[in-house]
Amino acid sequence: MKGSAHVFDQGSLSGDPLSILDQAGRLVAGYEVDGDDLRRLYESMVWIRTYDRKATAMQLQGRLATYSPFFGQEACQIGSVAALADGDWLAGTYRDAGAMWFRGYSWERLFLGRTGDERGGQPAEDVTVMPPSITVGGHMVHAVGLSWAEKMKGSGKIALTMFGEGATSEGDFHEAMNFAGVFHTPTVFFCQNNQYAISAPREIQTASDSIAQKALAYGMVGYLVNGNDVLAVREVTAAAAERARNGDGPSLIEAITYRRGPHTTADDPTKYRTSQEEDLWTERDPLERVRAYLADAGLWDEPWQTELEEAAGVAVETAVGAAEALPKLDAGNFFDAVFENPNPTLSDEKAAAARRLELGEA
Amino acid sequence: MARALNDGLRLALSGDERVLLMGEDVGRAGGVFRISDKLRGEFGEERVIDAPVAESGIVGVAFGMAVAGMRPIVELQFMGFSYPAYDQIISHVSRIRHRSRHRFTAPMVIRIPYGGGIGAAEHHSESMESIYLHIPGLKVVVPSTPVDAKGLLLAAVEDPDPVVFLEPIRSYRSITEVVPGDYYTTPIGEAAVRREGTDVTLISYGAMMRETLGAADVLEGRGISAEVIDLRSLVPLDVDTIVASVIKTGRVAVVHEAPRTGGFGGEIAAIVQEKAFFSLEMPVLRVTGWDSVFPLKRSERLYLPNVAGIAEEVQTRLFEG
Ligand SMILES: Cc1ncc(C[n+]2csc(CCOP(=O)(O)OP(=O)(O)O)c2C)c(N)n1
Repeated sequence: MKGSAHVFDQGSLSGDPLSILDQAGRLVAGYEVDGDDLRRLYESMVWIRTYDRKATAMQLQGRLATYSPFFGQEACQIGSVAALADGDWLAGTYRDAGAMWFRGYSWERLFLGRTGDERGGQPAEDVTVMPPSITVGGHMVHAVGLSWAEKMKGSGKIALTMFGEGATSEGDFHEAMNFAGVFHTPTVFFCQNNQYAISAPREIQTASDSIAQKALAYGMVGYLVNGNDVLAVREVTAAAAERARNGDGPSLIEAITYRRGPHTTADDPTKYRTSQEEDLWTERDPLERVRAYLADAGLWDEPWQTELEEAAGVAVETAVGAAEALPKLDAGNFFDAVFENPNPTLSDEKAAAARRLELGEA
Repeated sequence: MARALNDGLRLALSGDERVLLMGEDVGRAGGVFRISDKLRGEFGEERVIDAPVAESGIVGVAFGMAVAGMRPIVELQFMGFSYPAYDQIISHVSRIRHRSRHRFTAPMVIRIPYGGGIGAAEHHSESMESIYLHIPGLKVVVPSTPVDAKGLLLAAVEDPDPVVFLEPIRSYRSITEVVPGDYYTTPIGEAAVRREGTDVTLISYGAMMRETLGAADVLEGRGISAEVIDLRSLVPLDVDTIVASVIKTGRVAVVHEAPRTGGFGGEIAAIVQEKAFFSLEMPVLRVTGWDSVFPLKRSERLYLPNVAGIAEEVQTRLFEG
């Protein structure tokens, strides 16, 4: 690949986003692709799309509480975290189940959280992924702290935080960026600019030409990337991660993408956007361009696609089954997770809650 | 109730051109609960403003507008997302009158959907009214019926001081009644006696009124006559209505879904023992949510007070205890 660390013209940060594979799946001049590597990235994208579809369908059947699909953002979900190393931190949002899974957060736990069970917030011991942040913006500051701690410990690990363009309007975004800049923390800020914050188009969030530009004001490096191009996303994230690991400080990546589905299963996008616009982004689908490239190179065929989808489907179904089979959270499990040692008030309440439940169900 | 609120907002906007509505998704989408449905089309994007995702900014900017003579109504999407604005509310909105000795005031309404029972994700079910009613200089209003929702909303808009207007999410679509179409206000600071009774006073507000009234029915079947008070306004509080009822019944239970510790039930208990101590036959009972994080869908029933539970506690602790 061309150069290991792209650094954009930091003067504007508002030109064309970096692309490696164009919409038709053609390689942009100057880049090379390792076919097996691209097949692996594609495979991951197929897997998470399968999960996303399943979760959306289950919500419609009433088996999950609201769900926030990342449909259309698979290149961001995979390309970003594919650039991380073991033990690096991920702090993302309600829309980042794909990235969380790639980093080891099990589908079973992801489903569990969505069924309305607190145990979904508990990843396995060796998984350095924070539970998804449902409040917009709160978690970006945490990534600064996580990565700063790693710097203090000299572990060589970094943190990546994912958030939407809407989140850049919250005060916490600015505080996080400022801290990271001032203390030169090994933090990668990864903004998925998916064009909408619920119904609000990107123009409502900022009057600046790009979000990437905001890096300059905080004394860090900015990147602008085509967020539907998994190779380009990984390329810039790897550059940012390398800078962080080398002690060169934080970066802000703006990945331009599109949320093809609704904000959540409770949202109706026809209220605020046109089907022409949706069609435009259907053509820019992140999986399609990779498939086109692979097919051209003789690295893709229907049977392989079917095999991938089937394997992903089975894995997803198994995870759903495991999540649904878990015994219901009882009062004990619920009250005992408030403090390490429950206080007498909580112990009394636990008993009373069990009785309340009994009466409520009678 | 959603329709009544929409109607109230429409009348507020059409009756006074200083009134404006600002919040996340309130314009194009008409609000995540559709409370401001169609208002952007009717009043324009300058008066029904889609804001950036920035609660502190929304409240702080509205505060500036209020000081400069406008009458902003802001919507914070869920109580669990109101906290980034808390600093503005506690440090500025609630105390500019005091700080400036009446020279500047902040007549504004902060609408906050609150409460559980809808099986929502984390942060979407909270009932943290205590953190607002603890702030000097802030009124806190909670309607339980569509008629009151409209009347109290219009009263809040007219009010010379800032009002936190709590909207019970689970009542938006489940509680309906015929609402007068004209402009009217419901005075802030007056409780409503929803049901007269002689043996016990049940006190609640907002979404919990339904369970409380249901418990009164159950108690009636067991020979206990309950008087039910809907507070409607937590600050200012209608102490007289509470005390008059307690003097009559001698027994009191307060019902709320907010956590027990530091909850409004404690405040009512204190007031009752100060003002009607010698009328009390039994200690004041609290039936509340717990001191745990509000649960997700699967455990909601462990948490929220329910009809049978309220009735049982009232009966066993106030009559058999
Ligand atoms: C502090 C806070 N305010 C409001 C909300 C309600 N809310 C949930 S998602 C969202 C839009 C966020 O948009 P963006 O950051 O662009 O991310 P996207 O959902 O598009 O992935 C809003 C306003 C929230 N969850 N947290």
